[in-house]
Amino acid sequence: MMGFGPVRPEPDEPVFHAPWEARALALTLACGALGEWTIDTSRHTRESIYPARYLSLSYYEIWIDALTTLLVRRGLVTEEELSAQRSLRASRPPRRPALKSADVSAVLARGGPCDRPAAAAARFAPGDRVRTRLLNPAGHTRLPRYARGKAGVIERVQGCFVFPDSSAHDGGDAPQWVYNVVFTGRELWGEDADPGLTVALDCWDSYLERP
Amino acid sequence: MSHDDDHDHHDHPHDHGNDHAAAPAPIVQRVRALEAILIEKGYVQEAALDAIIDTYQTKVGPRNGARVVAKAWSDPDYLERLRADATRAIAELGYGGRQGEHMMIVENTPRRHNLVVCTLCSCYPWSVLGLPPVWYKSAPYRAKAVIDPRGVLADFGVSLPDDTEIRVWDSTAELRYLVVPMRPAGTEGWSEERLATLVTRDSMIGTGRPFHPGEVP
Repeated sequence: MMGFGPVRPEPDEPVFHAPWEARALALTLACGALGEWTIDTSRHTRESIYPARYLSLSYYEIWIDALTTLLVRRGLVTEEELSAQRSLRASRPPRRPALKSADVSAVLARGGPCDRPAAAAARFAPGDRVRTRLLNPAGHTRLPRYARGKAGVIERVQGCFVFPDSSAHDGGDAPQWVYNVVFTGRELWGEDADPGLTVALDCWDSYLERP
Repeated sequence: MSHDDDHDHHDHPHDHGNDHAAAPAPIVQRVRALEAILIEKGYVQEAALDAIIDTYQTKVGPRNGARVVAKAWSDPDYLERLRADATRAIAELGYGGRQGEHMMIVENTPRRHNLVVCTLCSCYPWSVLGLPPVWYKSAPYRAKAVIDPRGVLADFGVSLPDDTEIRVWDSTAELRYLVVPMRPAGTEGWSEERLATLVTRDSMIGTGRPFHPGEVP
């Protein structure tokens, strides 16, 4: 989408604008540690918020909307409990136990690496010309609309990683090779594009075809 | 502007005349209730929530990335290690983990300026820069960075020569990009610690330049 106007940075912006934002971040991360959904599922849930609502919400409001959707969908909390603003019945144990404060440091330091062993050699090599496929899946994908059906060049083979289009929908890791692909501004935006502009995207193998 | 109370002034206009008597904004109540429900059900522990917040308020922030950049400027062998495996080289300084598991550096040169964005959401190298600022996560930047990066730089008061290439990195995968800005002139012989004071958060995203000597506030 276009027409959002200038970027307006806030001078000396605080990490959190209000205490509730900090709680929203912490709740999201702590619930993520329960093992009930992948980070790809949570991204998809956020981006699936009704567009007019999405654009009207502040960042952490988006997170809270998505978190409640995930908790309800997984049967951990009910809509009735959210309306009543309290727990109304015993809930099932989560896949992984609640995160303890003593473990927070180690858990954050470990993170969630997404690289996986490759089953076969990479299809493309640096310097190869490729074209992104014109795909428009109903579900989650990490190929932005502006870069579909576009010609680019492989600049780097990044490794083999979890495939979000699968992971977001309980399809498992389904890892693929990921390539950094460079597109000229002209290819993406037309003849009036800044001649010095190039845009680099990390693309999974199934996003790409030979031109 | 910092907020010590729970009112959300950020995006919702409301009647300030009744501030002290008003109920908390709906989002505040919603988050409080959600936290209470999740604690009661045993899904989250309050002390763990506090520890997470403390991590991102005090322990992880752009000073981490500034140290990486300062070392890259000072130590050619370190720069080579960053180029070969940035995740491992950054981990030498004790930084890593969540949203920094797969790092790459991108170096500014007189020929090329780098700018990092996540058009699809807000992906950002937390481990070296902390949590992203609001502008990075908002529609104007996400839309404009890939089509009009010079316009974005102008919004930040930065201009580049016409013949400088601009490379925009859209963070579509779990790789996270750290811009290494060019080392300012007049810093010969400076210690890493002193160099780090010149490295701004925005210069490591690509929307700013490092300070010049004497410019540090």
